[in-house]
Amino acid sequence: MTMIRGEHLYKVFGPQARKAVDLFEQGWTRDEVKEQTGALGAVIDADIDVAEGELFVVMGLSGSGKSTLVRMINRLHDPTSGTVEIDGVNVTELDGKELRDLRAGKVSMVFQRFALFPHMTILDNAAWGLETQQVDKDERYEKARKALSTVGLDGWEANYASELSGGMQQRVGLARALATEADILLMDEPFSALDPLIKRDMQSLLIELQSELRKSIIFITHDLNEAMRLGDRIAVMKDGRIEQTGEPDEILSNPATEYVAEFVRDVDRSRVLTAANAVQDPLVTLSPDTQPRAAMVQMRDHEAPELFVTESDRTLVGAVRDDDVAEAAKRGDRTIRDVLHHDYGQTGEDTPLGHTLLDAARYTLPLAVVDEQGRLVGVIPRVTLLSALANRDVLAEDGDPDANGSGPPDAAELAAQAANDGQPVASDGQAHSRGETTTGETPAEEGAHHG
Amino acid sequence: MADEAFSLPRIPIGDGVDAAVSFLRTELSGFFNAVQTVFGASVEAMEWVLMLPPPLVFAAIAGLIGWRLRSWQFGAFAFVAFSVVDSMNLWDETISTLSLILIATVLAVIISLPVGVLAARNDTVSTLVRPLLDFMQTLPVLVYLIPAVLLLGIGTPGGLAATLIFALPPGVRLTELGIRTVDKEVVEAAEAFGSSRNRTLMRVQMPLALPAIMQGINQIIMLALSMVVVAGFIGAGGLGNEVVRSISRVEVGTGFEAGLAVVILAIFLDRLTSVVGQPERNKSKQDA
Repeated sequence: MTMIRGEHLYKVFGPQARKAVDLFEQGWTRDEVKEQTGALGAVIDADIDVAEGELFVVMGLSGSGKSTLVRMINRLHDPTSGTVEIDGVNVTELDGKELRDLRAGKVSMVFQRFALFPHMTILDNAAWGLETQQVDKDERYEKARKALSTVGLDGWEANYASELSGGMQQRVGLARALATEADILLMDEPFSALDPLIKRDMQSLLIELQSELRKSIIFITHDLNEAMRLGDRIAVMKDGRIEQTGEPDEILSNPATEYVAEFVRDVDRSRVLTAANAVQDPLVTLSPDTQPRAAMVQMRDHEAPELFVTESDRTLVGAVRDDDVAEAAKRGDRTIRDVLHHDYGQTGEDTPLGHTLLDAARYTLPLAVVDEQGRLVGVIPRVTLLSALANRDVLAEDGDPDANGSGPPDAAELAAQAANDGQPVASDGQAHSRGETTTGETPAEEGAHHG
Repeated sequence: MADEAFSLPRIPIGDGVDAAVSFLRTELSGFFNAVQTVFGASVEAMEWVLMLPPPLVFAAIAGLIGWRLRSWQFGAFAFVAFSVVDSMNLWDETISTLSLILIATVLAVIISLPVGVLAARNDTVSTLVRPLLDFMQTLPVLVYLIPAVLLLGIGTPGGLAATLIFALPPGVRLTELGIRTVDKEVVEAAEAFGSSRNRTLMRVQMPLALPAIMQGINQIIMLALSMVVVAGFIGAGGLGNEVVRSISRVEVGTGFEAGLAVVILAIFLDRLTSVVGQPERNKSKQDA
């Protein structure tokens, strides 16, 4: 269900604001309009749509209009044009009293520089949203205490903001926003002013709180990694316009514009992309009941020195090597059951790719991706893994795929090869990995000889 | 003369002021009579209250206040200083001056706070008020005395009016400045949680502007003190009269004594009001 909907939102500062909107609608650029009218288009034709319980990130550099956009939701800035709807109510039409009620009850806000009241105690700070609603003292202190406890600030009620560290101050900011029990949180770069370590703590706190409270959150940031870590969906803004809205991996793998592509270049993909983003269909799998000779034919036809073995319901039971299968055939085994081995990496679909690097490096077989029931979903050949992390095009330039230090020594070479080859396919991946780790000869040939 | 050709015709600004003052005198005499009565009565009432305790008791009370609000050293200073005033036989004059200052300060605060708040909220008001304040502050102080005498007569009410006009500007300025310099994000945060303008003003802006406002009040008191002596020329009473008399008789000693009493009042009031502007919390904030 849609909680917040903003349609064709414009915010223009300066003279002739209405005229500027008309010009923007005719397709003028921000610079042209500024030249013509002297007005600055802070937000231009923005559409956003936030579902109930969704954490929606608006990302952009400073001056991109993201703070202005979020301030139009609770009308700290009145939109020059366009509408905002919250839970079906048209916010743009509310009068003063209705707007104050909305801000006190339905939508609360967290600020970049905390914006705590220095002359009030922490408790009074946290109770502010209730004080504006004229909730009586006992009740508002009780709720404020509860909110402070939620963010881990028990015992600090009587202190003043200046006595707290930055991270703790922002916890108060968060408690102030939670105390009103608003359904919607607007968070304007809440963690940008914090040290990296504290920032991570606060992100974890937010994730934890969100899993319990399921608020609808609009979260502003200029930090792509933060956006990727927190966002259910992300909108990327540039020069007042929303360039792209989508899920994190969508933004990463399918940047809609040059700008977004540029922006996501530096993201730490190993943490954002999960196994599910890189998984491919396995080339072919064998059943444990396959006769060794039939297995050898399969392996030769697919030029694969090793294959995964699954039951008929795709439950992964192991893998076989070509020489073991040949041995079994020589012995006259009826099936390949006895020559199964487990020398391969296995991972779940939600595992971040960064965590799979070690397994991928250790074994010759591609990484097996299995679901919760142990069924084989697909495989991730090492080349695919590395090129997903490196985003191919980028890699050719900086050639640094194993920044984490956990990649295999030949990783750069492999990935560079992938970059030249273009789209790698599963069989290539399997063959390559075998070749590279043994002799370094032309891998496809070697695979064929084995067959 | 050739110069005649280049000189501008005289613009009768002074005549205009004369006309305005006489117009006010005739048409608004009822109003000015009322002001005269209220001014005179309030200063007298204040004087009566302050004269209630005998000088030494007063000095002790002043010492106690100084001790509680600042330090025991300051308390001791206040006690000794007021005793010295009494021993110079300037007690009545000092109390009468103190009364005038207190009433002028109270009136100045009553007027300057709302004007300052309005100016802080509204740029137009601010633009209109600023040159007026400049004018009030820079016009030579003796010039105030003439219309004050004409409109409110010789004596305390005229002196009070002149003192008030002269002392008002820093109150307005510092109130405006104090409110305008409250962190914008903090004000925004107050509003983002549904606070009304009045609640934001009373609960957030005013408390945070308090140090600046108190500094303004301190300035009001200091300016009032300096004006009170000048007001002695129109018989506003108190230490001003003493100073004026000693000047006309060339009595250096009495002049110095009256001046010393003024300085004692100034130090006492200045130290007292400057301490009120710095609550404990703001101090700890500066440390942090």
